Amino acid sequence: MLTPSTETEAAELIRDHATRKTPLQIRGGGTRSGFGNAVSADAVLSSTAITGIIEYNPAEMVMTARAGTPVAEIEAALAENGQGMAFEPMDHRGAMGTSGTPTIGGLFAVNSSGPRRFTAGAARDHLLGVRFVNGAGDVVKAGGKVMKNVTGLDLVKLLAGSYGTMGFLTQVTFKVLPVPKTAATIVISGLEDENAMKALAAALSLSVEVSGAAHLPESVRGRFIGGKLPEGAATVMRLEGLEASVAVRAEKLMSAMAGLGPINRLDADDTKALWTEIRDVTPYGDGTARPLWRVSMPPSEAWKLVAGLRLRAGIDAYYDWQGGLVWMRMEADHEADVLRHGIRSLGGGHATLVRAAPEIRAKVPTFEPLSPAVALLSGRVRAKLDPHGIFNPGLMA
Amino acid sequence: MTEAIAFLPPRQAVLSRRAEILDDLKELVPAGRLVEERNALVPFETDGFIAYRRRPLAVVLPETTAQVAAVMKYCHRYGIPVVPRGAGTSLSGGAIPQEDAVVLGLSAMTRIIEVDYANRCATVQAGVTNLAISDAVGADGYFYAPDPSSQLACTIGGNIAMNSGGAHCLKYGVTTNNLLGVKMVLVDGTVVDLGGKHLDAEGYDLLGLVCGSEGQLGIVTEATVRLLAKPEGARPVLFGFDSAEDAGSCVADVIGAGIIPVAIEFMDKPAIEICEAFAKAGYPLDVEALLIVEVEGSEAEMDAMLAAIVEIAKRHGVKIVRESQSANEAALIWKGRKSAFGATGRIADYICMDGTVPLSQLAYVLRKTSEIIDRYGLRVANVFHAGDGNMHPLILYNINDPEDAAKAEAAGMEILKLCVDAGGCLTGEHGVGIEKRDLMLHQFTQVDLDQQMAVRSAFDADWILNPSKVFPLEGRG
Ligand SMILES: Cc1cc2nc3c(=O)[nH]c(=O)nc-3n(C[C@H](O)[C@H](O)[C@@H](O)COP(=O)(O)OP(=O)(O)OC[C@H]3O[C@@H](n4cnc5c(N)ncnc54)[C@H](O)[C@@H]3O)c2cc1C
Ligand SMILES: Cc1cc2nc3c(=O)[nH]c(=O)nc-3n(C[C@H](O)[C@H](O)[C@H](O)COP(=O)(O)OP(=O)(O)OC[C@H]3O[C@@H](n4cnc5c(N)ncnc54)[C@H](O)[C@@H]3O)c2cc1C
Repeated sequence: MLTPSTETEAAELIRDHATRKTPLQIRGGGTRSGFGNAVSADAVLSSTAITGIIEYNPAEMVMTARAGTPVAEIEAALAENGQGMAFEPMDHRGAMGTSGTPTIGGLFAVNSSGPRRFTAGAARDHLLGVRFVNGAGDVVKAGGKVMKNVTGLDLVKLLAGSYGTMGFLTQVTFKVLPVPKTAATIVISGLEDENAMKALAAALSLSVEVSGAAHLPESVRGRFIGGKLPEGAATVMRLEGLEASVAVRAEKLMSAMAGLGPINRLDADDTKALWTEIRDVTPYGDGTARPLWRVSMPPSEAWKLVAGLRLRAGIDAYYDWQGGLVWMRMEADHEADVLRHGIRSLGGGHATLVRAAPEIRAKVPTFEPLSPAVALLSGRVRAKLDPHGIFNPGLMA
Repeated sequence: MTEAIAFLPPRQAVLSRRAEILDDLKELVPAGRLVEERNALVPFETDGFIAYRRRPLAVVLPETTAQVAAVMKYCHRYGIPVVPRGAGTSLSGGAIPQEDAVVLGLSAMTRIIEVDYANRCATVQAGVTNLAISDAVGADGYFYAPDPSSQLACTIGGNIAMNSGGAHCLKYGVTTNNLLGVKMVLVDGTVVDLGGKHLDAEGYDLLGLVCGSEGQLGIVTEATVRLLAKPEGARPVLFGFDSAEDAGSCVADVIGAGIIPVAIEFMDKPAIEICEAFAKAGYPLDVEALLIVEVEGSEAEMDAMLAAIVEIAKRHGVKIVRESQSANEAALIWKGRKSAFGATGRIADYICMDGTVPLSQLAYVLRKTSEIIDRYGLRVANVFHAGDGNMHPLILYNINDPEDAAKAEAAGMEILKLCVDAGGCLTGEHGVGIEKRDLMLHQFTQVDLDQQMAVRSAFDADWILNPSKVFPLEGRG
């Protein structure tokens, strides 16, 4: 394992590999190891020795840190100032059955975002600037450290979510936000998926600023917060903000939802626990390698996919993002073809194979196959950043 | 007048074939959708950056994606530069053509294709204006969040190309944060869909790259944008301060206290005077700086938030606090701010700069700005989005006096460099266009720019799309 401790050292190592055209596997804390299509590389290049918070000015809501800094260290520094990452990055070690220390560079390299994504944006929306080493060994800076910046091409977005195939991140600058003072969750019990989706859509059309909107069918409901959710499928809606606003909005939301089913309200502690578990896919962090899929679709369509699959295959699923994000565990087979065909026939979206046994991984592409024109274009773009194809070859192909 | 900014020399091979090219283009778009007459071409010579103009070879105004694709395929084949154009409100010259270019205008593509409340999004053609989207869904309680001051005129295609934002972006983000997908025609006529109604497009974030790419990567013909539910209520409040420093540090403290209003707008004394004279908004004239802070939510929430903000403002010696007591008063408060550009235009010619700075540097940059302006013997009015550090110094000058114009341009460039040196960047929302092209090396190294240009080439290997823009002409890869 190569663990340079400075950007300059990393650039030298990469330039050297570029000259010899020898591939490198890029790593942060390795908490995602095993994810993605198989990579064959001669060496592992890790960011774990490139660490430290460089700049943090709470009044500006901006932080700059070296890529290998542990996420925990970042979160602790933010918490001291009542701030956090509004996109709620998830800790997937449970679901993946991995250990290790997630890094801030890895977090942005995978564009990791949780339940608040549908209102607060994804990780990439909060990433303001990066420094990285491209596949030729050049140190490149993109973006800046201010909220608004349209100077030149937005390479920052391109690097976010590129899984280490476009460049080796050495530094990230991102926006942070005040952590809401308090939170509450409204639980409507007993709704079928279709009606749950209608309820969530209705809630989001109200001016109460729902910041979490999930549906937990009866098959998984009991596996959240120690079985404390009331009987029946749980359709859950989170409200956050000042104490007074949350109280007012909760009243308003509950009266708008009255008549759909029994309604309960969770306090701040249970709310925190519930949404952390929704975020981290806790019910499927079951120590097995049973195939786990993450599907992003239009919220009005995703439940149809689930309904169709339930008829044809053994699946267990729950919904986040107003129903637009489905976490789906396959009980037997991986069902990739049925799943991806279903997504296409329902108007589009994408499925990522998050977890599976190695023999399944070997034959199922992790990421949604792209249309030929977009695949061609993506390949050309990648070649401009990594001309010799030395970063994580095959991982996203 | 002298022109400080160069254009690429026109391709002679294209100029000499003009008649033939026009004949060919005529076949590709419906009758009346090709503009070729000299006089009819005049409106397309420039955009909101009126100091520069060039007459294009021709203008096409297609009605469908297929027609756009046909035009692109043709121009690609013959190496004819293409300049995409929406409403032509760019303030950085992004839509200014050159003599060998076909302007591809999207202004005829104004259909709202679908409004989908269940998924809270709308799909519209590229020529639909920003405000038309909110207008179409307003009665049902929704709106499209990014609100550039030009929203009545500017198109969604132009907004995407410039990644536009406005006063309310502090809370809702800019275009890129509100865009779900586009249909786009690549330089060779290939049509691609990026994203859709779902979140986070598959594969690389090409959608994020296209947003803000200033018409260099492809022609956007359709966009799917997010709709948001309107807030229950909104209330703007005026705060008057004795110094810009006090106002600036008040902004930093409000945000530091964990309060995110939907908008924080700043105006200095000259801007207050200009706007008041025009809009009669009742702005105080005995203060040095004015903030407009807007909060949203229920009455109770707004009360709570405003109480906290007023408390902070008091700590910074606020002199005047005026809460709007009615919808009418609220509208008046905004009217003054929103008319800033128009009102300034009535008293003088001006150029509107657009740099961003970290919040902690606001007061310093304002002070330095006035030093620079004094040195050139000019006048400046400052209005800007203080919450996100996006400054808009309006430099007043006389357009008929070449010396004055040159001074204004030079002062503007110094101010932008100042923004970069203070840790900010050259443009927060107006784009680089031709205006700031030659300053790019102040913010980026040649290596940084080479990487951006290489990515650009992945989309457009022959640099046919909007070729004179964004990247310095010298040192192009
Ligand atoms: C299948 C899966 C789905 C996930 N989904 C989500 C989600 O939806 N939401 C969420 O919040 N979190 C998600 N995560 C969690 C997220 O990946 C981790 O929290 C993240 O921080 C990984 O950090 P790491 O340092 O362990 O990365 P690693 O496991 O070491 O690497 C992860 C990826 O990032 C690349 N990478 C790492 N460091 C760098 C660098 N410095 N420069 C360039 N590339 C680098 C690697 O090449 C690899 O492709 C998911 C994880 C997995 C495995
Ligand atoms: C009075 C005034 C106030 C303004 N206020 C703001 C503000 O508050 N915030 C802000 O961000 N901007 C503001 N602007 C700038 C301008 O309105 C924006 O940049 C706007 O997004 C431009 O849209 P347009 O349709 O006029 O595009 P144009 O000016 O026609 O074009 C702008 C750029 O986009 C490209 N382009 C246009 N359409 C497409 C397409 N379909 N596909 C690909 N490329 C395309 C062009 O080639 C050009 O590079 C203001 C301008 C004026 C005149």
